[in-house]
Amino acid sequence: MLRPRLIPCLLLREGRLVKTVRFRDPSYVGDPTNTIRIFDEMEVDELLFLDIGAGREGRTIDWKLLEGIATECFMPFGYGGGVRTIEEMGRLYTLGAEKVVLNTAAYDNPALVSRAAERFGSQSVVVSIDVKADVGRPYVYVDGGRRRTAADPLDFAKRMAEAGAGELLLTSIDRDGTFRGYDVALVERVASAVSIPVICCGGAESLEGARAGIRAGASGAAVGSMVVYQGKNRAVLINYPAPKELREAFGAGST
Amino acid sequence: MSTPVAIVDYGIGNVSSIRNMFQRLGVLAEISSDPKVLASAERLVLPGVGAFDTGVSNIRSRNLGGVIRAHAVEKKRPLLGICLGMQLLFEGSEEGSESGLGLLAGAVRRFPPEPGLRVPHMGWNEITLTETATLFRARKDDAFGELTRPLSYYFVHSYYVDPKDPTDVAATATHGVTFAAAVERGNVYGAQFHPEKSHKYGMLCLKNFSETQAC
Repeated sequence: MLRPRLIPCLLLREGRLVKTVRFRDPSYVGDPTNTIRIFDEMEVDELLFLDIGAGREGRTIDWKLLEGIATECFMPFGYGGGVRTIEEMGRLYTLGAEKVVLNTAAYDNPALVSRAAERFGSQSVVVSIDVKADVGRPYVYVDGGRRRTAADPLDFAKRMAEAGAGELLLTSIDRDGTFRGYDVALVERVASAVSIPVICCGGAESLEGARAGIRAGASGAAVGSMVVYQGKNRAVLINYPAPKELREAFGAGST
Repeated sequence: MSTPVAIVDYGIGNVSSIRNMFQRLGVLAEISSDPKVLASAERLVLPGVGAFDTGVSNIRSRNLGGVIRAHAVEKKRPLLGICLGMQLLFEGSEEGSESGLGLLAGAVRRFPPEPGLRVPHMGWNEITLTETATLFRARKDDAFGELTRPLSYYFVHSYYVDPKDPTDVAATATHGVTFAAAVERGNVYGAQFHPEKSHKYGMLCLKNFSETQAC
C-alpha cells in the first residue's frame, strides 16, 4: 500500500535556498545542490522547489539552476515559481521534473490548468493555494502572498480540481515558518471537498505535527523549517526522519 | 565502438533522468533515436511515460521497432523497459487499440475501480521479489548490500502488466490488486516503477542492469 508522503518544500531565491516566516524575511539556509545530495542520501520521498523570486522584478525561471537540480535529484521533484505557459511546463518536464506547481497563473488563467492536464496528464499538474485570514475570513492569496483575491479557499480548490489539477498544495501563510502546526481545520475542509490528493503546508513542527495533517485527510505533508532547522532557535541543519521512523509514524495508508 | 547502454529516445518520457542516474553510477549511457546507434548498443533501455498508443506510434514513426526486436530476440542482448516502456514489451493494452512489441506474452490492464482507491497509483510502494528475480536483488558484494528498509520504489501509473507466464514476474506490489511490479524473461527486463527516481533502490537496478550480458 502507498504511504503518505513527507515532502521537504524548499524555497529558492536568486539561486540560494532560503526559509521564510509568514512568507516574509527570507533567511539563507544553504546551497541547493548540496542540500539535495543530503536529502537524496536520507531517501526523502519527494522534493518541492518553489522559487519565490521568479516572476518578480522581471526575473523569470532560472533554467541553469534547475538543470543542476535535476542532475542531482534521484527522487521525484516538483517545481513552482514564475511558470506562466505550457511551453515552460513542457521544458520543466523534459528537464526531469515530475510535477509543475502553478499558483498565480492558475488563478489568473484557469484554462492553463486544463490545457496542461490534457497535454501532460493531471498527475503532473499541482495547483498551490496560499491561504491567509483577513478579518477572520480565509482568502486565497497569489503573487507570493502579496495579492489578496476574492476567492474562498474551498471554492477555489473545487474549481481547480474540476479544471484538471492532479494535486493541491495547500499552504497557510499565517503558519509558514512558525512551528505552530498545520491549520488542521482548513486541511480537513479542503481535503474532504475534493477527491484529488491534498498536500498540507505551513507550520509543521515535528513528525507528530505532520501526522496531524495526514489524519486531517492530506495525502502528503510538506515540511520546511522542520527539515532545514534544528530546534526552534533555527540553527541550520538539514534533517529528515529515518526511513524506519517514517514508516512507523505514517504506516501504510491508501492515498 | 559499441555503447554500453543506449536509452531509446522516441519522444515520450523523461530520458535525461535515466541518463543522470547511469552517469552517477559511472556507466556511459547515450540517449538516441538513431537506429544505428541503438543497434550497436550492448544494452537498451526503453523508457516512457504517457499513453500506450502514442508510445506504439512514436516507435513506429521512428522505425525503431525492428531495432528493438533484433536487439532482444536475435542478438539476445539485455533490454530494460521502464513504466510505459515495460508495458510496450507486451502484446497489447486495455488503454489502446495498437499492438505492443510482443516480446513478452500477456496484456496490460487498468486498475479495477475500488472505493477509496486512487488511480493513478502514484507514490512510494514496497515490492516483493519472487524467487527467480535477479535484476532487482541487492547482492552482498555491492555497495547497496545494506539497504535500510524493504525495497521501495516510486510509481506513477494507471495500468499494470499481466504476463501470461507467471514465471515472468520478478516482483509484485499491491494497490487494490497485487500486480507485476517487475518482470524478467531471459534478457528481457521490465520495471513498472521508476528506478531513476528511486534513490539507491533505483541505482541498484540500473547498476545490475549495466552488468548484464547477452544470453
